[in-house]
Parts: sequence; C-alpha cells; structure tokens
Amino acid sequence: MTDRPTVPEAEEDKPLITPLGSNKDPSRIEVASQWRLIWGRLVRNKVALVAGAIVLFFYLVAAFAEFLAPTDPTEAQPRFTYAPPQAIHLFVETEDGGSEFLPHVLGYQMSVDPDSLRRSFQPDPEQIIPIGFFVKGEPYEMWGLFPMDIHFIGPITPGEQFNLLGTDRLGRDLLSRLTYGARVSMSIGLIGVFSSLIIGIILGALSGYFGGWVDLAVQRLIEIVSAMPTIPLWLGFAAAIPLTWSPLTVYFVITLIVALLAWTGLAREVRGRFLSLRNEDFVTAAKLDGSSTPRVIFRHILPSLTSHILAVVTLAIPTMIVAETALSFLGIGLKPPVVSWGVLLQDAQNIRTIASSPWLLIWPSGAVVVVVLAFNFLGDGLRDAADPYST
Amino acid sequence: MSAETFIHPGTDVEGTPTLSVRDVSVDIHLRTHILHAVRDVSFDLHAGRTLALVGESGSGKSVTTLAIMRLLAKQARQTSGVITVHGKEGDTVLTDLDPKGKAIRAMRGRQIALIFQEPMSSLSPVHTIGSQIAEALRLHRGLDKRAAMDEAVRLLEQVEIRAPEEMVKRYTFEFSGGMRQRAMIAMALACDPDVLIADEPTTALDVTTEAEIMDLIKRLQQQRGMALMLITHDLGLVAEVADEVAVMRFGRIVERGPVDAIFHDTHTAYGKRLLAATMLLENPAESRGKIDISGRDPILSIRGLCKRFEAKNWRGKVVHALDAVRGANFDLYPGENLGIVGESGSGKTTLGRMLLRTIEPTSGSMLYRDAKGREQDVVTMGKAQLAAFHRDIRLVFQDPYSSLNPRMTIKQIIGEPLVVNGAHKGAALDERVGELLEMVGLDRNAMERYPHAFSGGQRQRVSIARAIALQPRIVIADEATSALDVSIRAQILELMIDLQKKLDLSFIFIAHDISVVRYFCDRVLVMHQGVIEEEGDAETICTTPTQPYTQRLISAVPNPDPRNKRMINRKKLAFEGA
Repeated sequence: MTDRPTVPEAEEDKPLITPLGSNKDPSRIEVASQWRLIWGRLVRNKVALVAGAIVLFFYLVAAFAEFLAPTDPTEAQPRFTYAPPQAIHLFVETEDGGSEFLPHVLGYQMSVDPDSLRRSFQPDPEQIIPIGFFVKGEPYEMWGLFPMDIHFIGPITPGEQFNLLGTDRLGRDLLSRLTYGARVSMSIGLIGVFSSLIIGIILGALSGYFGGWVDLAVQRLIEIVSAMPTIPLWLGFAAAIPLTWSPLTVYFVITLIVALLAWTGLAREVRGRFLSLRNEDFVTAAKLDGSSTPRVIFRHILPSLTSHILAVVTLAIPTMIVAETALSFLGIGLKPPVVSWGVLLQDAQNIRTIASSPWLLIWPSGAVVVVVLAFNFLGDGLRDAADPYST
Repeated sequence: MSAETFIHPGTDVEGTPTLSVRDVSVDIHLRTHILHAVRDVSFDLHAGRTLALVGESGSGKSVTTLAIMRLLAKQARQTSGVITVHGKEGDTVLTDLDPKGKAIRAMRGRQIALIFQEPMSSLSPVHTIGSQIAEALRLHRGLDKRAAMDEAVRLLEQVEIRAPEEMVKRYTFEFSGGMRQRAMIAMALACDPDVLIADEPTTALDVTTEAEIMDLIKRLQQQRGMALMLITHDLGLVAEVADEVAVMRFGRIVERGPVDAIFHDTHTAYGKRLLAATMLLENPAESRGKIDISGRDPILSIRGLCKRFEAKNWRGKVVHALDAVRGANFDLYPGENLGIVGESGSGKTTLGRMLLRTIEPTSGSMLYRDAKGREQDVVTMGKAQLAAFHRDIRLVFQDPYSSLNPRMTIKQIIGEPLVVNGAHKGAALDERVGELLEMVGLDRNAMERYPHAFSGGQRQRVSIARAIALQPRIVIADEATSALDVSIRAQILELMIDLQKKLDLSFIFIAHDISVVRYFCDRVLVMHQGVIEEEGDAETICTTPTQPYTQRLISAVPNPDPRNKRMINRKKLAFEGA
C-alpha cells in the first residue's frame, strides 16, 4: 500500500434519515416491551380498534347489567304480552301550542281483534310517560352485594310502562332481558375458552416439546375428539344433566361440555409453535444455562406465543358464544329462568311469533351477530399485530 | 458533509457503457422516518468487464440492484436519477418504463439478468429444473415446448452440470447448493442478457464451491462478453474477480476505481478501514501471544468419538445411516484456541454439539479435567454432573438473531444462567449483569432493552456475556462471527481474545472461514466428511498444509490482493463436482 495523505472526510456514522413527525422518536422502540409493540401495531388497525371498543362495551353491559337494565328481567306483565318497542320522544306540546323539552315514551293503547281475539298495541298520545337517567326503580342487589334502586334509564315514576325493545310472551321487558342475557352469554365464552385454553396449552406444549410417543398420543386424542359430531354429543351430555340441578350448576356444566370439545384447535396451534420454537437457538441456550424443563417451557417458550394465544382465544370466544346460543336455542343448553341470548331466541322459534313480534328475533340475534363479528375483527387485528418483529 | 464520491483516475474507460447509472437516489418510507437508502449513486458498467459493488450490510447495495431491475418495494421510491441500458437491442432508459408494464418485463431476463444469494428460495420447489428454465425461454424467446427443453439441456451443459439430459427432470431439492446456483445461472443466461447482476452469489456456499461458481461465471462472461455486476461484502472475492470496484457506505458510493487502485491506493478513510479489517484477518492476531502447552494436562481429551445418525423403519430396522463424525481424537489445553474448520456437512457442528452432549455420541470418550484436577468422562455423566459440566463449558451461537429470546430483556437473558444456578439475586444480579455488559464493551444501561434494539455485532456481544456469566473454562464458538460484517468480525474476535486473557478461557472455534481461524486459533483441526483430516499449528495449516484436502481448501480461499490471486489459480483435484 502506498502512503498517500487521506483527504479529511466528514465521516458519516449512520445512514441518513429524515424523521416523520416530531414525537416519533425511533429510540423509544428500543426499550419498548413486546406488549407495547403489539399495541402500537394494533392502534393502527382502525377496524380492530372499533371492534375492541364494541367488545369492551358489551362486557361493561354484562358487568353492570343490574344497573343498566330498566327493570327486573323476570317480572311478568300479563296485560302487556308481545307489546311492541316504544319510541323515545324528546318534546311535548304545551297547552299554548309551543313545545317543551321532556323526554318521554308513549303508553300503550290496547285493542283486541274481535275475530282472532289477538291483542294489539298502539302508542297512546294521551299517555305521556316521562323518562330520565339515574331514576329510582325496582330495588336490586348490585352483584348480589349492594342493595340499590337506581337504574341507568327508566320512567321517572316507578312502575310505569317502559319497554324500549318491546316485551315477550309473558310481558317481560326485552331490553332488561337482553342486558342480563349478555352477562351469561358473554361470560360463558370467557369461562369456556379459559378452560379449553388450559387443556389446550398443557397438551399442546407437552406434545410439541417432547415429541415422540407423547406427541403421537396427544395427536391421536385430538383427532378422536375432533372427529366426534358435536351436536349429538352435546345433546347426549345435556340429556345426562339431572333436571333437579340448579340453573347455575347447569350453566357451569354446559360451559365445561362446550370447552371439552373446543380445546383441540388451540392445542394444535400451541403444538405447532412449540415444534418450531424448541429448536431455536435461544431454547438450546436456555437448556445449556441449566434451566429446568418446566422453566424452559413456561419462561422461555410460552412468552413467545402468548400473543398468538391471545389472538386464538379472541377468535375462539365467539365460537363459544355461538355454541351456547345454538344449544340453548335447541332447548338443550340453558333453560329458563336463566336468561341468555340463546334462551331469548327460544321465544322466536315459530313463524307466527316472528311475523307478529319480530323484535324477539331481531334484538337477541342482532346482539349475537354484533358481538361475534366484533370478536372476529378484534382477533384478526390481534393476530396481525401479534408478531411485532415481522414487517 | 462532503458527500462526494472519490473517483480514482482511469476509472471510466472509453466507449459506451452497457449499463449506465446516473445520480440514482432511493428513499424508503418507514413508519417513523424516511431512510435515504441510496444517495446519488453513479457508475458505468462496460461489456466484458466486472464491477464489484462492495459494502457492509445496510449500505444500499441490494436496493441499488432492485432499482436497476425496477423491482423496488412499495415503500421505496426512486427520487432522482437515470438508468440506461445500451444493449444489443438498442438503448433503453429503464427509469422511463412503467415498473409494472410489459416493456420492463421483457427487459428483465433479456437485457439484465439477476442471480440471487439463496438459490433454494429463488427456485420453485414444485417444478423440475428443466421446466423452470424452459418457462423463461418460452416467455422471452418464444420457443415452443420441445425447443425450449432442448435449449434448457444445452444451457445446463454450459453451466457444467453433468448428465444434463437427466438433470432437467430433477427437482430443486435433489440438487446440492452449488448445483442449484449453477441452475440459477443457466436460467439467468437463458435469454443471453447484456448485463448479469450477481447479488452475493456465493455467500451461502462453501469455499471450494464458491471458487467453482466464480470460475464458471467468469468463463461465461468472457465467452458471451457480458457486463457483470457483482454485489458482495467479501473483499477477497472482489480482488479475485473484479475489474472495477465501487465501495458503498450508508447509501453513497464513497470510492470508485480500478480494482488495483482500490486495494493498493485506497483513498478514503472508510475504504482504508474496510481493507484493514480484511487484511487483519490474513494474519494471526497480534494481541494473542504464543501459548506454551508442553507439560500441561489437557482440559478435554476426546478419544474415538463417533456419531451415527440412523433412520429406522417401523420395525426398528435401520434403513439409512449416516456417520456424521468418525473417530475424532483430539486434546484441548487450557488457555488454548482450537479451531475446527470444514465445509458444510463435514461434521464440525455435530462434533461441537457432542462436546456439550446436546447431541449424544454413539461411541467414544470425552475426558474432562475440572478445575480441581479431577477427571470425568463426559459421555457417562449423570444429570447433576452434566449440569455442573455445563457451567464450565459454554456455547456462543452463530445466529445473533435467533440465539437471543426476543421476549426477554438483556438483563433477563444474561442473568438467566446466574438465576438458574442460584449464583446471584436482586441487586447483586443487577451489579453482575452490568459488570458483564461492560466486559463485553456494552453500556450498563442496555440492561432494560430488548434484543431488537441491538445490531448483529452488539447481539453477539450479549451472547458472549451470557456465555461468560458463570466464569466457564471452555467456550465453544460455533461460527460465532460468520453472520457479521468484516469490520465487526474483527472487533468480536478481539473481544474474545481480550476476555481469554482476563478469564483464562479455552476456546473451541468452529468455522468455515479459514481467515478467521488463522487470526484467532493456535491449533486447527480440518474436518472432511466426518473425519479429522489434518491437525496442527494454525499458521502451518493455513500456509503450508500437507494433506491434499487441506491444500485444496486453503487454495480456494479468495485472497484480498488483486496482484496475487489465489482462488483463480487454485489447486484443483483431477475430478471436481459441484
């Protein structure tokens, strides 16, 4: 090499970049945890975010059902069976011809068809029922603990007619029933998925991590379970539930039955991830560090798939909700007096009811559809966001 | 900033260049910022000549290639510049063409052809090699099915694949790495392009295969008078094959000129540094003194170690067996660096993993002499003894990305062996991790960060910190530097030598890169097909090997000096198949 003086060069020590926006400092990503990165990707997916808000809304409704429901869901009003939904009016005409702000609903005017002896209801402009927020109403116990009588929305005078979504064949308020039904239907999804998650993760992890005959046994078990036709099996299990059991016990047993058949997909997912991760260098490193097998599985491998599991779980909950609805609709799941969306749909089983009181079909099934769609969009968003290290 | 390219005199030869690139800039739009990946890049490529585009990872070499091929991704935008091809079929201004249009598709392959680094992922696994080549011929040259197949056979013959009539019917997975790359070349040549762009064409291949492939590319280039653009990070390869060199850094060409000028009259500071890092690895490390092993007991004595992998059918009968390691015998002395070199499939990694017993040996013995002088056979150790053994012998992995758990912080990663072995807790753990980070040249504050915040070299430092956390006596480094850029490579090797002095370590260094072994190791084992072919002093093996296999291997290593080409004039066996 010949010696030649080097031209003093303004050396660059990093590639040239132009930041976009001032608050987005790339160095913040350096200390960001896995969850921060996932969240960062999720908020960019607007559809998933809206879906997440809807899901959250329904869980809030389920959590505060007593407070949000205008009345007791089991209270029957024999005079107002199959009453149609009432519309909310905001203004009333005053005597001098002007109008005054007073939110209200109109009471029912009942007429009986002389031929079919069917009752039909029309709004009665004379009966103005003022409504308001945080009104006194039926006393209830919040979460079975605190006696309260304030309702989120209702008639200002307790006991007056207020059926925003109409009533069912016993004259029970559909809005209240739907609100209480959310509690059962939404939680059956959670508890069911949680049980199937435990079975699925344990069996999937064992199967994927150890391989060999353990894998063989678990995979055959999965195949047998998933080969079973679900509806007859549910029918069989449900038929085996003694009639004398309390509705609550039946509820838990139904959850368990649904979960016992639903863990297979999750187990397969977990197994696949374990198969690919167990040969990663960082797992070998953990073993050489002296970590015990449970530590390798739960501390090193499982965190790598929590985000994926979360996505799978979010996609599994709607399946559970639909399963519960289907079972209850067929009359083999939950039974009255328990209120769930599937139980509500039982009322809409015959064509005459649907023709004369379509709200019995529209609202419960609408709730199921909205929740299931929201969960699916949220799950898809989570799955896309779950791997923050891919582009 | 002086964003000028230094151009050596005599760079631009007379005549119309086949490919002319003028002031090309490419911006890549990322979420938080715009990366100016390529900035004002200009160069000419003449028929029959080879231009090497050299640079470390992230320097913009590949983006430049994609800009020429008009294959830039959605987030990338060319902001300025003109790219022109002056070919047999007239002049085409590539930058005027619609990147999704018909004209550009006709140009690709016909005027400019591209060879990728990884032939496996660029060839379809579900079509035969022949049908893939024939497809290109039918699309671009309008040949019918029969004629295309005949042409495919002729092309395979040209790229020196034996029995081409047979080989056209084979699938990708039936080809070895070298043969796949030959098939890729055949495909690239199918339409007789004016310009051939080879993007790291031999990086995934062994040294001997690399030499053969480069020979072939050079020969075909001369036969057809193609212009060749070679993209690589390996200065040795550049010195062997290039006529002109453009050195890229952070999207700019910092220096451009004839190959001799670049190597012997380097002008820019970066060029000098890059060359110095390469040249450094051509000699043993200065910082490493000679060690004296006479009269000392070996720390590890390996005798007759074998590994046979067997595929059994359902009755437990062996249907297929492979001897990965056959009767390995060697000793490792305290404070010594032992290198194990060999091509892929030579059994060097299997041997390394057997030392840790993550792969169980089929037969043989491994005598380990611990710090108190007690001897134990590693092969017969029980669980508890093995755990103790694993505290003394540690592993540094090849891939700095997959060896660190992305979900754990640096503190958790380095602290894991300390926590598991109950060595440190709480504040003492923080203190020890900080101390280890400083030992490997990282900042103490890096503790709370996640691996994704670090570059490859920094990750490898973390990996080393984890390995030395328990104060081991032996560290096995399995290709620990092969995924790193050349300047980083030298730094990591220096770090390991430094740690060795401080901690009295012995290294077993498994590598396919002869220069790294020469730099780092005292003694070398050369492995070939599971057998240790030659054992000896590193300097002797690298300069005057005695075994024919070692001679062939050493002579195939590119020499980073264009005046003294080694690979092109290498020692060849009478018969060589890729």
